[in-house]
Amino acid sequence: MTNSIEVKDLTLNFGAVSVLKNMNLDVAEGEFVVLLGPSGCGKSTLLNCLAGLLDITDGQIFIKGKNVTWAEPSARGIGMVFQSYALYPQMTVRGNMSFGLKNARVPKDEIERRVARAAEILQLEPLLDRKPAALSGGQRQRVAIGRALVRDVDVFLFDEPLSNLDAKLRSELRVEIKRLHSRLKNTMVYVTHDQIEALTLADRIAVMRGGIIQQLAAPQEIYNRPSNLFVAGFIGSPSMNFLHGATVDNGKAFQFGETKVDLAGYEGGAILERSKAILGLRPEHLTIQDQPEPGKTIPATVEIDEPMGADSLVWLLAGSTQMSVRVPVERRLAAGKKVHLKVDITKASIFDTVTEQRV
Amino acid sequence: MASITTNIAAHDAQGAARGPKPRRALSPRNIMLYGTLIVMCLYYLLPLWVMVMTSLKGMPEIRLGNIFSPPLEITFEPWVKAWSTACTGLNCDGLSRGFWNSVQITVPSVIISIIVASVNGYALVNWKFKGSEVFFTILIFGSFIPYQIMLYPMVILLREAGLYGSLGGLVLVHTIFGMPILTLLFRNYFSSLPEELFKAARVDGAGFWGIYFRIMLPMSLPMFVVALILQVTGIWNDFLFGVVFTKPEIYPMTVQLNNIVNSVQGVKEYNVNMAATMLTGLVPLIIYFASGKLFVRGIAAGAVKG
Repeated sequence: MTNSIEVKDLTLNFGAVSVLKNMNLDVAEGEFVVLLGPSGCGKSTLLNCLAGLLDITDGQIFIKGKNVTWAEPSARGIGMVFQSYALYPQMTVRGNMSFGLKNARVPKDEIERRVARAAEILQLEPLLDRKPAALSGGQRQRVAIGRALVRDVDVFLFDEPLSNLDAKLRSELRVEIKRLHSRLKNTMVYVTHDQIEALTLADRIAVMRGGIIQQLAAPQEIYNRPSNLFVAGFIGSPSMNFLHGATVDNGKAFQFGETKVDLAGYEGGAILERSKAILGLRPEHLTIQDQPEPGKTIPATVEIDEPMGADSLVWLLAGSTQMSVRVPVERRLAAGKKVHLKVDITKASIFDTVTEQRV
Repeated sequence: MASITTNIAAHDAQGAARGPKPRRALSPRNIMLYGTLIVMCLYYLLPLWVMVMTSLKGMPEIRLGNIFSPPLEITFEPWVKAWSTACTGLNCDGLSRGFWNSVQITVPSVIISIIVASVNGYALVNWKFKGSEVFFTILIFGSFIPYQIMLYPMVILLREAGLYGSLGGLVLVHTIFGMPILTLLFRNYFSSLPEELFKAARVDGAGFWGIYFRIMLPMSLPMFVVALILQVTGIWNDFLFGVVFTKPEIYPMTVQLNNIVNSVQGVKEYNVNMAATMLTGLVPLIIYFASGKLFVRGIAAGAVKG
């Protein structure tokens, strides 16, 4: 498969501040890649570089095998959707969608045809002659997507397109974008800080921090085997439980306070003996039981029980470490009750305390 | 039937209790408030009253001295004389010559300065170049320097350029001196427009002028009205540059007015002077009335983000 986008050693500095550092990223034809990270991590900046809206300091960008590092945004074969929709207020929906085509001197009947097709795909036909001010937030963002659609390009760039919408519309439009991708099979690069969007939409997620891609992998891989402590803590809600302890017995067990957890079955590299290590456990990979099992359970005390509808979240204290466990909603636990948490070691992650990398 | 009546009665009772507390029109508070306002209005309108009345009287009636009384016999003679035959030194063709000079000065100055300043502001916000911030700072600094300091250097510059004493020279001076404040105005307005709009237009393949004319211009009509009013009134009312940079044949209306009012030979024709003054002030006044609403909107739009 050929690569649709290739970023090679991309560096961007704003004055003395380095925003993107030696970034490399390959996106395959038809792939949906999500750039995910906290604000200020450089994800939108990277997207703007791909679009040609920011001049980069060093490196190269290829789109469809063509070096577009210094090409104009309109010459890169991209369509872009913005967070604030960025519709031209004085133009109708039709005018907004055809503006780019008119600039490119596309023949009139061709413009008509493409606008009609985009309107059909996005169900915008009844709105074509309205001004943006007369549209709802969801409709505006659909028009913005339509504006990218009519350009008939191979690469779509989304800059937090759903952040300005309310929760219900957001999930609706999320499904619509996914449907659009499976229908059009375009390459899509999508920036968000919402991990649900990332996990649901992406073929691959690039988790970013401080201008560096921390991990680039499929959503399940990122969720189950986060490459470092930052990714592990950033993905998942509530976030992963981290137990600070040590690996002992030649890496066969994890010592946490008085408790020893057997590490047989751990999926990862060789666990050496480390005087300081972190055991990461997701809330759904723990089960609560009344009886201890040596080497398999951690004793804890129930603090709070939060029913969340489909399931319920129990907050506990293991020693002085706060932990959360997801349990079926029928199971109610009284505060102060002493319980034992059974560890599913095949789904656990161990991190080196110093390098913060997964072992 | 009975239940309907009670319903209505209940509704009425409810309706009576709702809404703000009714106020009497002639409450002491209102009398104080509007009384003060009316007195202030009269105070400010008095000079205008005197001017209009005097300009409609003949000289014999003016000599009677009742400056507040309306004319016994209305005459438009002073207005006609102020416009077409009042003398300034050698020429006796009234304000009309000055009016047309002022039109020839104001129209090109306003158009050129607004076009250049709006493009300046647009470029400073959306097409930042190396040193654009420094450029802007210097430009703004220019608006703090008193004009008088630059008068003499300007005279020399114009003389060297061969423009001294010509209409073109004065237009150039007005355009340059309008630049700092107008650029600031447009820059602030354009920077209040969402940046993503500009980015979207670039992805859509519009260039520098395409974005300016198709996206920015249609969105900034109120700002153009503000600039128009500022420039028309400023340039029309200008006296200093007009008297320094032009020759008597092409004096603007304000200078002409001054010369009519201050001419020393013969009797002081108060009625003609009053009429001439009002004729001169008419143009800015018309601009205000015609575009006042847009002016307020534009000022407010610029004020949100500075």
